[in-house]
Amino acid sequence: MDTGDSSYSYSLTTFSRSGKLLQIEYALMAVSEGKTSLGIKARNGVVLCTDKKLGSKLVDRDNVRKLESITPSCGVVYAGVGPDYRVLVKKARKQAQTYKLTYGEHKPIRGLVQDAAAVMQEYTQSGGVRPFGVSLLVAGFDDDGPQLYQVDPSGAYYGWKASAIGKNFKNARSFLEKRYSDEVELDDAIHTALLTMREGFEGEMNEHNIELGVVGEDRTFKILTPAEIKDYLDEAN
Amino acid sequence: MSILEHNGAAIIAMAGKNCVAIGADTRFGLRMQTVATDFEKVFKMSNNVFVGLAGLATDVQTLRNLLKFRLSLYALREERDMKPEAFAALLSHLLYEKRFGPYFIEPLVAGLKDGDQPFLCGMDLIGAPVYTNDFVVSGTCTPNMNGMCESLWRPDMTPDDLFEAVSQCLLASVDRDAMSGWGAVVHVITPDGVTSKRLKGRMD
Repeated sequence: MDTGDSSYSYSLTTFSRSGKLLQIEYALMAVSEGKTSLGIKARNGVVLCTDKKLGSKLVDRDNVRKLESITPSCGVVYAGVGPDYRVLVKKARKQAQTYKLTYGEHKPIRGLVQDAAAVMQEYTQSGGVRPFGVSLLVAGFDDDGPQLYQVDPSGAYYGWKASAIGKNFKNARSFLEKRYSDEVELDDAIHTALLTMREGFEGEMNEHNIELGVVGEDRTFKILTPAEIKDYLDEAN
Repeated sequence: MSILEHNGAAIIAMAGKNCVAIGADTRFGLRMQTVATDFEKVFKMSNNVFVGLAGLATDVQTLRNLLKFRLSLYALREERDMKPEAFAALLSHLLYEKRFGPYFIEPLVAGLKDGDQPFLCGMDLIGAPVYTNDFVVSGTCTPNMNGMCESLWRPDMTPDDLFEAVSQCLLASVDRDAMSGWGAVVHVITPDGVTSKRLKGRMD
């Protein structure tokens, strides 16, 4: 990437003598300081859930949205630096539309993940930029069935059955390990997602301080309304 | 005096029951002079997609190479074959990209969709698509071919009947066109595979 100013165009991300890329490790620390997000792949769909606690009760929570859709059948959530996330969402949407314009069909989930990961990798090697301070959870449903991916600031991506990122992610992941089964239905996965989220939740969890998104066999990613979240929360209690 | 009619071509794509056929003549000419009689105009793009390129011969070969390149990249990236619908969209996109300096090609796409349903599509040289359920034609004797196809096409033909129909349509059409003919090739695409046959027409 050309930043236009050659004297500052060396990459900040260089190897330390011990062979590590410290900038990437710092980025990962920014991610693990971020609000928790988690995803579970069920037999017939995928659920994403995120903590939406806000700094002040004066913030208008109706105008805060962390879950975003990239294509009608693909949704994404993050942990880490919010504005960085928005840049990635914007780029991913543009790539998805370019694909649709060329092939007349929705971009496959794996393609979306690969291209988002390629962008994140580029920002670890280019001059004049810093790595993205976010990890992404990408959920979608296409010809290959339900899928859940995680993309890290290094540009590494993994397919998961269930994963958690952000604050408390280790505890959440071990909770998911105990709870997960391959035959789980989407409704049960939503239930598990809420239970896992509540494990590490500071304070009372309600329909306003979390977000839920699901994609099922209808291949439509849906961000649930507070009323719908409340129904699931009542079930989980 | 269109450049689309410089080299001559006759291509027909036709649908049967769970099968499609695409056939083309094999003449390569320079206006009224025949130069070669073994010129390929129909190309296999994947196991269930064929494309026929009628028009300027240099663009036929350039576009065939470009399509093969894009298809190979797609196969590597996505680890799957392109569906005929996506292939037609890609071809339309490639043609419209050159809206103001086009490839002089009027292509046909023939393939089998999911569920072994026939897919037929024709385009003009800037990629405006038309999708049909029965047949499409392209080349220098389109009135002849349209007439023959309207006479011989029947719904739900078997692969053998379809081969016969496309072959007769082609051979009869090119006999009344000086710019195409000199033999033909017909591919029949079925769920079990592709059969390709060469035809001899009036070789004069």
